[in-house]
Amino acid sequence: MHRFANPAQFNRLADRILPWAKFVLAASLLYGLYLAFLGSPPDRQQGESVRIMYVHVPAAWMAMFCYMVVAGASFTEIVWRHPLALLAGKAAAPIGATFTALALITGALWGKPTWGTYWQWDGRMTSVLVLFFLYLGYMAIWRSMDEEDKAGRAASILALVGVINIPIIKFSVEWWNTLHQPASVLRLDGPTIDSSMLWPLLLMALAFKAYFVIVFLYRMKLEINRRKLTVLRMSQVNRR
Amino acid sequence: MTASSFGIFTGLVKRDIRLAWSQGGTGTMALSFFLIAVTLFPFGVGPEPKILARIAPGVIWVVALLACLISLDRLYQADFEDGSLDDLALSPLGLSGVALAKICAHWVSTVLPLVVASPLLGLLMNLPAEAYGTMVFSLLLGTPALSLIGSMGAALTVSVRRGGVLLSLLVLPLYVPTLIFAVGAVDASANMVDPAQPLALLGAASLLALVVGPFASAQALRLALE
Amino acid sequence: MTQASSFTADVCPLKAEKLACFRGGRLVFEDVSFTLDPGQLLYLRGSNGSGKSTLLRLIAGFLRVQKGVLMYGDDGWWRGDAALSEAVIYAGHDNALKPVLTLRDNATELARLMTGRLVPDETLEAAADIFDMAHLLDQPVRYFSSGQRHRSNLMRFAYLKRPLWLMDEPTVGLDAENREALAGLMKDHLAAGGMIIAATHDPIGVEGQMLDMRDFQPDYDLEEGWL
Repeated sequence: MHRFANPAQFNRLADRILPWAKFVLAASLLYGLYLAFLGSPPDRQQGESVRIMYVHVPAAWMAMFCYMVVAGASFTEIVWRHPLALLAGKAAAPIGATFTALALITGALWGKPTWGTYWQWDGRMTSVLVLFFLYLGYMAIWRSMDEEDKAGRAASILALVGVINIPIIKFSVEWWNTLHQPASVLRLDGPTIDSSMLWPLLLMALAFKAYFVIVFLYRMKLEINRRKLTVLRMSQVNRR
Repeated sequence: MTASSFGIFTGLVKRDIRLAWSQGGTGTMALSFFLIAVTLFPFGVGPEPKILARIAPGVIWVVALLACLISLDRLYQADFEDGSLDDLALSPLGLSGVALAKICAHWVSTVLPLVVASPLLGLLMNLPAEAYGTMVFSLLLGTPALSLIGSMGAALTVSVRRGGVLLSLLVLPLYVPTLIFAVGAVDASANMVDPAQPLALLGAASLLALVVGPFASAQALRLALE
Repeated sequence: MTQASSFTADVCPLKAEKLACFRGGRLVFEDVSFTLDPGQLLYLRGSNGSGKSTLLRLIAGFLRVQKGVLMYGDDGWWRGDAALSEAVIYAGHDNALKPVLTLRDNATELARLMTGRLVPDETLEAAADIFDMAHLLDQPVRYFSSGQRHRSNLMRFAYLKRPLWLMDEPTVGLDAENREALAGLMKDHLAAGGMIIAATHDPIGVEGQMLDMRDFQPDYDLEEGWL
C-alpha cells in the first residue's frame, strides 16, 4: 500500500541528483548571464532593454512548467493516492507562484520602455496574471484546513480543474484582447530570433530549470521531515 | 435515468428551492445585493449617460457574477453542518447527482431572479435598447456555468470556517472566460454587431462546466464526509 | 410491524476482514475483523476516539477503505451508490434535520431522498408513535428540544426499510420509556432478519456480540508506517 511508502529511497535519489543540479545551475547561470549582459547585441528597436527578455521569458516558461508539475502531482495523488505526490504538489506550487510573479514583474519592467506603460492588458500577460491567481488559490486551500491530507486532496482537485481551464482562459483572453485591441503590439515571437540571442535565452532557461530542481528537492525533503515529526509527535501523544 | 431517480432528483431540487426561500435562506439576499451593488456604479463613475451605457454590460455581468458567488457560500455548508450531507451521500442518486440537483436548485432559486431583474438595471445603467435581448439571453446561457463552477469551490471549502473569502479566491479566476464571452456578446449587440460567436462560446463554456462541475463537486464533497 | 417481506433482496452475512483506517494522518484502527449474520446485532464499544464512529462511517461508505475487505455474502460490500443506499440506514451524531421544516416534512424529504417516493401517512404516524412524537409531527423542528431532535432522527429506522442499521450512540439522551421503545424496534428488526451495528457506551436490553475497539489500536512503527 502506498500509505506505507518509505521515502528513504526518495531521499537517496534526491541526494544523488542535488550536486549535479547545483553544478548545472552554477555553470549555466554564469555563462548565461555573461552572454545575456555582455555577449549578445542590443536589439535594433528596443536597445538594451531587450536584455530583460533573458529573465522574463524563462520565468514565464517556468510558470507554466511548474503548474504542469503541480497538476501532474495532483493527478497522481487523486488516482493512485501516492503520499509523495501530495507533497510534490505542495513543494512545487510556491516555486511556480514565484516564477509567475517574476514573469509579471519583469514583463511590466520590460513593458515600460517598449510599450510606454507598465501594464498592458495584453493577452499573454493577462493569462499569466490569471495563472498567478490559480497558484494563490491552490496555496490558500492548502493552508485552510487543519488536516493536511484533506487540504492536499482539495488542492489537488482544484489544480486539476484549473488545468482544464488554463487553455480556455488563455483562449478567452486572447479572443477578448483582439476584440478590444485590433492594433497589434510589438512582440518578440517572430519566427526568427538571432542565435546570438537564442543561446543566452536557452542557457538561462536551463539555469531556471536547475534552480527549480534544487529548490523542489529541498522542499520535498523538508516536507517529508515535517511529516516524520508529525508522526513522532502523534506517537508520543498516543503512547499509553 | 430511471423513474425513481428522477423522482429523487426533482424532489431534492424542490426541497432546496424551498429552503432557499424560507427563513435563513439566501434566495432574497443575492437579489438585493445585485440591485444595490449595480446602483453604486453611477455614484462611482458619475451619472454621464454615455459612460454608463459604455460600461453597463460589464457592470451588470460582473455584479451578477458576484451576487451568484456570495450566495454559493452556503450551497453545501448548511447540509454539512446539520449532518444532512451524510444522508445526501447515501442517496441512490450518488453525490454527483445530488450536486447537480443542488446546483439546479441554486440556479432557479437565486440566479434566475437576477436574470429577471437585469432589464431593470439595464434601464438604470442606460443600456442601449438593442442590447437588452442579448443581455438577458447571455445571462440565461452563462449563469449556469457560474453555478456549476461555483459549486466546485463551495464543495471544496465546505468544511472551512469562513470559507467565503477562500471560495472567491478559488472560483473567480475560473469565471474569467464566462465573463469575457458574456460581456463580449452584450457589447456586440450594443454596437450593432452579430453576437452569435460569443454566445456560442458562452454556451460551450456552460456545457463544459456541466461536464466537469457535478463530478468535481462530488469528489470534493467526499473529502468533507471523511 | 413485519419487515421481513420489505427488504428488497435477501439479507446476506456481513463479513469484515482486517479493516484499517487512516484519518487526519493518523491510523485510527487496524485489523478489525467480525462476522455479522442476518438477525444479529454487533455492539461497538470503546472510549471516545477509539474509532467507533469511524468504523460506522467506513461501512456507510463515507470513508474510503484503505486496507482490508468487507464482504456482503459473496460480493464486495461497496458496489455503487444505489446498492449501498438500498442496504443501509445510517444515523449519526448530528440529527440531519432542517429547523424550518416540520417533522413530517423532514421525514418525507428523507424518504423521498432515499426512495424517490413519499411515505404513507400511516407509516409515518406509526413511526412517530413509537417514540411518542406523533403529536409533534406538524411542528417545525426548530422548537424541539435536543432529546426530541434525537428521537426524530431515530424515527428513520421505523419508516425506511433497509437490512443493515448503522447507529451511532442511539441511546444518548433517551429516557427509560424511549429506550424500551428503541429496544423493541431493534428486536423486531433482528427478528425480521435484519442486522444492526450500534456504537454505544451502554448496551440496551438486546442481545448482541461485542467488539471492543480498544483491541485494534495501532502501534506506531516508525520504521514502516510514518508517511
